[in-house]
Amino acid sequence: MTLQQFMNEAISPWMRKDGPDSDIVLSSRIRLARNFANVPYPIAADPKELEEIRSFFKEKYEGQDFGSYKDLAFVSIRDLSAIERRVLVEKHLISPLLAKHSEAAAVLISENEQVSLMINEEDHIRLQLYLPGFQLSEALQQAFEFDDWLEEKINYAFDETRGYLTSCPTNVGTGMRASVMMHLPALVLTKQINRMIPAINQLGLVVRGIYGEGSEAQGNIFQISNQITLGKSEQDIVADLQSVVKQLIEQERYARQQLIKQSGDKLEDRIYRSYGVLAYARIIESKEAATCLSNVRLGIDLGLLKNVSRNILNELMILTQPGFLQHYAKKTLAASERDQLRASLIRQRLQLEQ
Amino acid sequence: MQCQECHKRPATLHFTQIIQGQKMEVHVCNVCAKEKGYMTYPEDGYSLHHLLSGLFNFDTSGLTSTHAENYQQSKDLQCPKCEMTFSQFKQIGKFGCAVCYETFNERLDPIFRRVHAGNIKHNGKIPKRQGGDLHKKKQLEDLKLHLKKLIENEEFEEAAKVRDQIRALNQDDDHSEAGDQS
Ligand SMILES: [Zn+2]
Ligand SMILES: [Zn+2]
Repeated sequence: MTLQQFMNEAISPWMRKDGPDSDIVLSSRIRLARNFANVPYPIAADPKELEEIRSFFKEKYEGQDFGSYKDLAFVSIRDLSAIERRVLVEKHLISPLLAKHSEAAAVLISENEQVSLMINEEDHIRLQLYLPGFQLSEALQQAFEFDDWLEEKINYAFDETRGYLTSCPTNVGTGMRASVMMHLPALVLTKQINRMIPAINQLGLVVRGIYGEGSEAQGNIFQISNQITLGKSEQDIVADLQSVVKQLIEQERYARQQLIKQSGDKLEDRIYRSYGVLAYARIIESKEAATCLSNVRLGIDLGLLKNVSRNILNELMILTQPGFLQHYAKKTLAASERDQLRASLIRQRLQLEQ
Repeated sequence: MQCQECHKRPATLHFTQIIQGQKMEVHVCNVCAKEKGYMTYPEDGYSLHHLLSGLFNFDTSGLTSTHAENYQQSKDLQCPKCEMTFSQFKQIGKFGCAVCYETFNERLDPIFRRVHAGNIKHNGKIPKRQGGDLHKKKQLEDLKLHLKKLIENEEFEEAAKVRDQIRALNQDDDHSEAGDQS
C-alpha cells in the first residue's frame, strides 16, 4: 500500500459498499482517544518524546495485518506536501489538527481505509473506524477489537474513576466520539431540521453541518455525534445516538413522501434542473455543486434518476474540494480555476454513467 | 505548522488571544510559550489574565489587575510531571499529562460536571491487561444490579442463577487469597 493509492481515489474502498439505511445514512464512525500512561500529551511533551511515539508505531505496527484490516500503511505527515495533507483531510483519514502538527505527527491507514490511527494529534492516539451506512454498534465492536489489540502492547493512561485520560476534558472517560453522517434534504427543504436540531442538542448530542462553515450544511449533509463521554458506557452512548438517528431516518423518509405527494412536480423539476447544471455547467462554485449533488442524490434515492450511481454524491463531494482538485491538476489553483476544473470533472463523471 | 515566534519548532499550542478587543490566532511551541510569557510558569511573574479560552466558560471576564492576585495564589498548584499549572489548564482548557488529573483532582469535579451533564465518574470500557481487578469489580456490580431487578420483578428462578454467579466470583477471590498465604 502506498500513499499514492490513498490519494488517487476520492472515495475510500469501503464507501463503495451500501450499508443499512444508506439512502439516508452515508457512514457511521467511532473515534477513540487514547494516550500513553507516562508521556506528556502532545501539547506539553518535548519533541523527542513525541518522536519516540512516532517511531514506536512505525516499527511496531507498519504493515501489520490486523484482522480484516489488512496492511496498515504508515504515513508521516512531515513527508507530505500541503496539497497531499489536504487530500487526506478531505477524505477524513486525518483531522485538520493532525495536518498542522507536522513534526512527529503520523497516521496508520488500513488498506480498505476503514481504520485510521492518528499519532500525536491532540492525544497520542486517535483511532477512527468507519463503516458504510447505519452500523454504529458494529463499528463500536470493531473499534473495541482494534483497541484491545493496541492495549496488549501499550500502557494506556487510564484511571479507575476518570476512565481513559485525555488532553481535553471533553473527551475524558470513554474517550469516544460516535458519529453518523446523514443526508437530510427533505428535512431541510421542509425546514423541519431547524426545530429538530435544538431538540437533539438537548439530548446531549451535537448536530453539525458537514463540509460547510459553521452550522450551515453544504449538500444537506449533517453529522450527529455524542457530546458526553463521562458517566455513560460506550454502549449506552451509542444506543442513545442510535435512537435519535432512527427517528431522523423515519422523519426524513416521511418528509420525502410528503414532498412527492404535495409538490412532486416541483421536486422533480428541482432534481432535473440540478442534474442539468451538473451535466452542462462550465464554471461551478463548491456550494452550488454541493446543492446540486444533494438534489441528484435525492433523485436517485427516489428512483427518478436511474442511470447514476448512489456513490456519486459521496464521491463528487470529496473530489470537488480544493485539495483534491489541486492534487488532480498537480498544481496550486486560484479559486476561479478551481471552479472551472470542478465543473469539468463533474461533467466527465456524469458522462461516464451514461 | 511552525511556531510563529522561533519559526523552528512545531507549534504545539494553538489558541485565540484577545487584546483590546482584537482577536488573534496564536500558534507557538511550548518553549516559546514559556519564554515569551504565553504561559505562566511559577518562576516568572507574567500573568495571563488576557488569555481567554472560553471553552468552559470560566469566568475570566472580570479579570483585571486586582484579580490577578487571586490568580497568583491559585498558581501554586502545579503538575510535577509536565509543569502545567492549574491556571494554565483553565486558560488553554487542556491537560498536559495524565498526572495533571491527580494534581488538580480536587478542582476537577465541577469542571467535569459542567462538561458532561453532571457526570464525574467513568462507567465504560476498562483495559483488559491493566484493569484485572477492576474488571471483576465491575462485573460484580453489574450482577448485583441485575439480581436486584430480578428480585423486584419476582423472577426468582433466574435470580438464583445470578446469585450463584456472584458467589462463584467471590469464591475465586477467596481461593486466590488462600493461595497467596500458603
Ligand atoms: Zn517557538
Ligand atoms: Zn501534567
